[in-house]
Amino acid sequence: MNEMSSFWSTWITCIVLLNIFGCLWLLWWAGRKHDNDVAEGKELKHSFDGIIVIHNAMPRWWKVMFYATIVFSLAYLALYPGLGSFKGAIGWTSIKQWEHEIEKADNRYNRIFADYAKIGIEELAKDPEAVKVGQRLFGNNCSVCHGSDAHGAIGFPNLTDTDWLYGGDPETIKSSITHGRIGNMPAMAAAIGDETAIIDVAAHVLRLSGRKGSGNAEAGKANFALCIACHGPDANGNKTLGAPNLTDNVWLHGRDEASIVATITTGKSGAMPAFRNALSEEKIHVLSAYVYSLSK
Amino acid sequence: MAKTHEVVEKNIGLMSIFIIIIISFAGLAKVLPLFFQNETTQPVDGLKPHNALALEGRDIYIREGCHTCHSQMIRPFRAETERYGHYSVAGESVYEHPFLWGSKRTGPDLARVGKRYSDEWHLVHLINPRNVVPESNMPGYPWLVDNLLTGDNTGTKMKALRLVGVPYTDKDIAGAQQAVAGRSEMDALIYYLQNLGTVLAFKR
Repeated sequence: MNEMSSFWSTWITCIVLLNIFGCLWLLWWAGRKHDNDVAEGKELKHSFDGIIVIHNAMPRWWKVMFYATIVFSLAYLALYPGLGSFKGAIGWTSIKQWEHEIEKADNRYNRIFADYAKIGIEELAKDPEAVKVGQRLFGNNCSVCHGSDAHGAIGFPNLTDTDWLYGGDPETIKSSITHGRIGNMPAMAAAIGDETAIIDVAAHVLRLSGRKGSGNAEAGKANFALCIACHGPDANGNKTLGAPNLTDNVWLHGRDEASIVATITTGKSGAMPAFRNALSEEKIHVLSAYVYSLSK
Repeated sequence: MAKTHEVVEKNIGLMSIFIIIIISFAGLAKVLPLFFQNETTQPVDGLKPHNALALEGRDIYIREGCHTCHSQMIRPFRAETERYGHYSVAGESVYEHPFLWGSKRTGPDLARVGKRYSDEWHLVHLINPRNVVPESNMPGYPWLVDNLLTGDNTGTKMKALRLVGVPYTDKDIAGAQQAVAGRSEMDALIYYLQNLGTVLAFKR
């Protein structure tokens, strides 16, 4: 579709050929015998500011190299695109080369991934080769958020423990990678009340995992009723919603009191991107096996 | 030989003219025709000019020098398309003035970073990259959170870009200030990053 017009094609061809043959002519012209030539090694009669020029022939190796570059450029332009819309005798394009690379890789790796796809995730997680492949995929696609060792960071889950927001069984892991996850903890400040009330709720939340906050945990317990819709009456969380278990002392958004108060006050949202458009189903399968293998 | 040689060597004006003619050959053959090719002047399907907030984000990207460490150009090699996605095409850059293709990758290429990570990740990462990528050597940009945009010049910038062919409407320009005023520079930068290279997709 993006053909070059014949005007521009001619324009480019003419300038390029003019350049090459111009160089050839210059080389011939500068090296020919001149009528007024001075003998080799003698001074040429055009000194300037005391600088004199001595007539020396161009070294042969240099001239041979120059001619060789001209031969190379003509051969190159005959084989590869360069002269306007002329595509070159071998029809090379960078996109064709890329497609060839992809095809070669597909022929080699698709078979491996297809074989892996036939094996269940649980079984595949025991295959050290498959886990290694999964680790490479993880390094390229997941490590930026979850860390190259998969230990996560504040706000980005650790995948090596046994605590799962959405569930750690093979199919759930695969679904999380394929479709992504949107976690949303609403801001609770308006519903709970003033700062003291929030600190009280935080004290209750801390008590759930056996710690002590600065507020009144008993007073906070009443307001915790607002939280049970997602976190459950026992605060064990809800994997369908991705609401975390508050009793296990695993803290995605920070374990100190100030972080917990901030989370309650302003809410939190987390997003795991969907990979269905970025990675093939077989690769997601192997990746799931790697992630599954981490938490055992 | 000596005579003709001498004319050029002793007449600086004439020599300059000859030099200009010779070096212009490369530009005339390699650069000039590109201004008239569909491949380089027509946008790819679905490409939209940066809206007001993305445009401000782009200027912050330039101001903070992101382009000195991050390229925005995925070359058509398998090693690159496996990591970054579809190779870059000229039609994606027709509204870019100036181009931010870059020539050096200290950090990864960003041509298709859009929608790859969550907004929250970008926020944490831009404040202090080591909070999410411990081995990173990228500097943090915490002040972007506190700097608020006024949008005073956004409309003017869009007008200037319209002069060089970016199809902003009068409505875009009129609403530009309102669209960005009060937003933080961080918002704008993340918004810009999340829109990078989302027009073409390729399954890795």
